[in-house]
Amino acid sequence: MNAERTLVVWVPDWPVHALLRDDGADGLSPDAPLALTANHLVVACSAAARREGVRTGLREREAQTRCPELAVYPHDPETDERRFAPIATALEQLVPGIEVVRAGLCAMRARGPARYYGGEAPAGAAVLHLAAQLGLPDTRVGIADGRFTAEQVARSASTDPGVSAPADGLRIVDPGGSPAFLSPLPVSRAVDAGLAETLQGLGIRTLGALAALPEDAVRQRFGPHGLAAHRRASASGVGSGSEVRPRPPARELSVELSFDTPIDAADQLAFACSTLAERFIGGLTEDRLVCTALRVELTDDVGARHEREWAHPRHFTAADTIGRIRWQAASATKETERGGAGVTKVRITPVHTDRAASHEPGLWSTEPDERVHHHLSRAQSRLGHTGVGTIALAGGRLLADRQRFVPWSTTRVERGAARASASGPWPGALTGPAPSRVFPEAIPAALLDASGAPVRIDADDLLTAEPAHLRVAEAAFESPVTAWSPPWVVRERWWEGAPARFRLQVQLADGDAWLLVFRTGAWAAEGRYD
Amino acid sequence: MNSLATVRSLQQRISEMQPVRLDARVLPTSEGLRPLLPGGALRMGASYAVQGSRQLALAMLAEASTSGAWCGVIGDSSFGAEAAAALGIALERCVVIPHPGDDALGLTGALAEILTVLLVTAPSPPSPGEAERISARLREHDAALVAVGEWPRPESTLHVTASRWDGLGRGHGMLSNRELVVQSQDRLGARRHTVRFEHGAVVAPRTAPVRRLGAR
Repeated sequence: MNAERTLVVWVPDWPVHALLRDDGADGLSPDAPLALTANHLVVACSAAARREGVRTGLREREAQTRCPELAVYPHDPETDERRFAPIATALEQLVPGIEVVRAGLCAMRARGPARYYGGEAPAGAAVLHLAAQLGLPDTRVGIADGRFTAEQVARSASTDPGVSAPADGLRIVDPGGSPAFLSPLPVSRAVDAGLAETLQGLGIRTLGALAALPEDAVRQRFGPHGLAAHRRASASGVGSGSEVRPRPPARELSVELSFDTPIDAADQLAFACSTLAERFIGGLTEDRLVCTALRVELTDDVGARHEREWAHPRHFTAADTIGRIRWQAASATKETERGGAGVTKVRITPVHTDRAASHEPGLWSTEPDERVHHHLSRAQSRLGHTGVGTIALAGGRLLADRQRFVPWSTTRVERGAARASASGPWPGALTGPAPSRVFPEAIPAALLDASGAPVRIDADDLLTAEPAHLRVAEAAFESPVTAWSPPWVVRERWWEGAPARFRLQVQLADGDAWLLVFRTGAWAAEGRYD
Repeated sequence: MNSLATVRSLQQRISEMQPVRLDARVLPTSEGLRPLLPGGALRMGASYAVQGSRQLALAMLAEASTSGAWCGVIGDSSFGAEAAAALGIALERCVVIPHPGDDALGLTGALAEILTVLLVTAPSPPSPGEAERISARLREHDAALVAVGEWPRPESTLHVTASRWDGLGRGHGMLSNRELVVQSQDRLGARRHTVRFEHGAVVAPRTAPVRRLGAR
């Protein structure tokens, strides 16, 4: 069985092209001798460097000896891939169904383009024309039976036997001519180094010699690797299916919806977006993806745009998405002084996606009960999304800094606070039991001595007098202060000129206890041991 | 006359030791709080009023939360998370609604369906009708309610009469352990108890050495 006709596009020295196209490469000239190295071995070099004798696989030192003006850069495979992605997309626009073998090398079936352009030579010329437009004039195109042969053809010279070169950079081997083209090539082209050495030792030095061996004998002696090499050498196709596996076309996952009449009410907008949200989640599900963070953009009729990212502790469902749109629409009307009549365009973009397989609920589910989530979401729709939540402990010195309200079904977005661990060393933090009431904003208080004069902190960080009476928010307590702790200091951001704060535990005669904080000359109640 | 008094006191002791309903379904309760409650535990469907200490009210939630139940704190804008965590409340299963708005009681009734123990601070005590509606929901969904302040017809009212702290002196030391004297008022009558907090958590009452020997 003969392999199908395959077209291979090869960009020689792609890592060098990628480097020249990458950011911060403005000073580099493509005509200068350049080399990319990894592990002190040359991975790729420019044409100018090759003229000076630099070759791939050479040691860095030796390359520099051969070409002293050689500029050496580290090789970054990720840059190669990233810079090749737009090239592959442009090729896909011209010929659908391409397989990116690696950065700089694409394979595609030749039959379709050949029929469209009226022959293989015009098809290859069209690809070369596109490559020249993309700034890659030295691109090679090879057309032959099978992927391996086509790649070898693309690398061949126009004078090689059996090769026709209708245009500069285009090499074609006619159908059936592939075994003859391959037979003089060294055997190391088709197999890895270890097997190549064995074959050389056996006297099999060319692909023709390998192809001449009976297939059964190769399978028995060398196993599947040997069989694959034999098939490549004899230019016979794979057993079944196609050798070229086109990559799935990229899909646009973000969705948008425009309204003719502007919508002002959040509920109305949420209702109008229900199909949009279904479509958004449906598109992700078809790609076996789940969305864990998304961005909602609401655009006014006057062009003002309100944009916000929402995270989800697990992954978004359609109802969650609608909820986020409703919250955002409600907060947008609250936050901004809008000139427009309402929202005319809604756009939902996934920010983080994940494979759906890793989000399957376990047999013993660790997620909160579905019922709990349902009820709390309903309470949230009544009170606003910051009305219902749980409290997470955070790092900090003062009590109010040490606890953080996390609205239900949102993850913590501010990473800086999450990193500060609650248990870390916080000089000045409270030791011993914590007050059962923590005031979000400290309440102004007054601490008086027996004569009614206010007690303060002196320069030695000590109390100026023995406290006798406590007043919190203008309410004086009848029972006197019977016990108090030594004041301890909290020094924070002294480099910014923030004044030191002092904390003090105070106990009244009736057993009431308070945690006070002294800052800028006044006392305030931070928490109460209720 | 003397024998009549003896019989009465014996009857009271019997009724204290056995639950009134045999099928009373109960929630996990801290060992230190069991003597305070009729039946020796928080009962599903019941309401409790706690007056005078937020720490005691939070302690009623702790054991149920530790054993995996969801609990809620409604209407408390000064919730002390660290004190709650020290008592044993699992913060990730503790829903906090600091400002429930005008309809705090309606929200309480709605959330009774999913939360096992609710701690409610209502701006004003509900009318008996409202309380009965919430109570019906509690019974239906096997939840319990702890109200801070007044609550109509509670299963038990716990009133803190005295509070004493250890560790703090005149200008030295830090607050450490706490002892509350609690007056409980329920169908068994009014009784007086002591609740001890050590390191912010309720500790079991000290059992007499003789009884401990007998238990072995």
